[in-house]
Amino acid sequence: MLKTEHYIVITPRSVVLNGKAIEVNETGSKMLVELYRRYVGDYPKFFKMDTLCRLGFIAAEILIKESGRSPDAVILANRSASIKNDTDYLATISEGNYYPSPALFVYTLPNIVTGEIAIRQAIQGETAFYILDQEEQLEPIILSTLHSKRSTVLAGWCECSKENEFYAKIQLYGTID
Amino acid sequence: MVYCIGHSIISPLGEGSQANFEAVQAGRSGLKIYSDRFADVEPFCASLFDTPQDFVELCVRSAQQSVVSLQHSAFSLASKDTIFILSTTKGDNLNLLRPAQQIAAHFGNPNPPIVVSNACTSGVCAQITAMRLLEAGLYQHAVVVGCDLQTRFIVSGFQSFKALSPEPCLPFSEERKGLNLGEAAATIIYSRERLSVSGERCWALEAGAIHNDANHLSAPSRTGEGAYQCLMDVLQGVKKEEIGLIGVHGTATLYNDAMEQTALERAGLQEIPRSVLKPYFGHTMGAAGVLETILCAMAVEKGYVIKMLSGFGGVNAAIRLKTEC
Repeated sequence: MLKTEHYIVITPRSVVLNGKAIEVNETGSKMLVELYRRYVGDYPKFFKMDTLCRLGFIAAEILIKESGRSPDAVILANRSASIKNDTDYLATISEGNYYPSPALFVYTLPNIVTGEIAIRQAIQGETAFYILDQEEQLEPIILSTLHSKRSTVLAGWCECSKENEFYAKIQLYGTID
Repeated sequence: MVYCIGHSIISPLGEGSQANFEAVQAGRSGLKIYSDRFADVEPFCASLFDTPQDFVELCVRSAQQSVVSLQHSAFSLASKDTIFILSTTKGDNLNLLRPAQQIAAHFGNPNPPIVVSNACTSGVCAQITAMRLLEAGLYQHAVVVGCDLQTRFIVSGFQSFKALSPEPCLPFSEERKGLNLGEAAATIIYSRERLSVSGERCWALEAGAIHNDANHLSAPSRTGEGAYQCLMDVLQGVKKEEIGLIGVHGTATLYNDAMEQTALERAGLQEIPRSVLKPYFGHTMGAAGVLETILCAMAVEKGYVIKMLSGFGGVNAAIRLKTEC
């Protein structure tokens, strides 16, 4: 098996790293800010990001810091693409109130979260985003990626449908520890 | 290595790969100025269908066309050995998964489809995904459909970026002012086996690479880092003299074309002929990588074809095709 021991699960009310809960005081998007302050603190670009990017960014940050591994590829997936930020952008072009926001438009692509992680972690390998119905569909995609070259891949599910409705389950694939 | 066994392009320039190829040969462009297509949006230059299209219906038609010439018992769109892969950035009115499911369901395909949404590189990345899944032995055939339709959402966003040219785009020109958007659907069917009639021209997908610049979300690296690394990966084992054509992205934005020029120079490929299709079709987003791959392969009689793309999120991708396999 190519899965390593390292994985993280983030929901609006909990953070679980390698099976152990990380204590948090806040919930929802405020919890993501709390995690940012605890684990990062010096990357103000975080506050420009939409919630999907904040979620993937913080999950990757904790996972990489705690595992000591440096992945060279990022493969994420979800069911709803960038729908939360798409909805936010739509509000800026409503009829009668048309002020399209470039700052929001840049986040209306789901793969932007993989770009944010690549920039932060200086990953110049592969980044890709898939839209799938079920989490199980991702595994063959990751394995066939690993099959074609040896690497450590940060991969998993990263979904945000509304401001306080999100779910991430991200793990490191590669040689077993 | 996987073989192309069928393909199709539907664009404002025509129905079918051959019609589109002939339109380009004849120098016809789909670009026009639109001043009242979408409410509030400033006039823009794009290549749009005359009548609004239904996303799913268009993709189904494209997939259907790609199998017309293929009367082979070993291939069926309804088979569990066939996977549908949709390449799109904004899907059917912001929904990406549902149209993919509807397309697969239309053909009675039992496998949950895969959607690749990797900005402008989606169409090339979808082909790379297809190649890997076939090479891993998970499926025998992959139907890669690329499609995007223009909406008020997309045009307003690109206008807010000041990325659109008010007139037909001028890739790699000093006078370039930005990109034009476009609409199209394109399909390539890849197979583990060469199923086409013997003697007929075909091509194989031999290599693919995806690299991030790790530099900026909406502007490419000035050194063309990701694109350069993609080129170096797919060029392994290939002599430069064997490359017939490089299909570049050539959006005609200031930064993209400069970046591509830098990456091509760094890879020593500046002398090789380039195919730049944006002045004919505009930037067809999720369709671009599929549509441009088909036209590049059709344009080259013999040799290797390199197709490269770069896009938002700092992602770059390239594939190597071998023609007349």
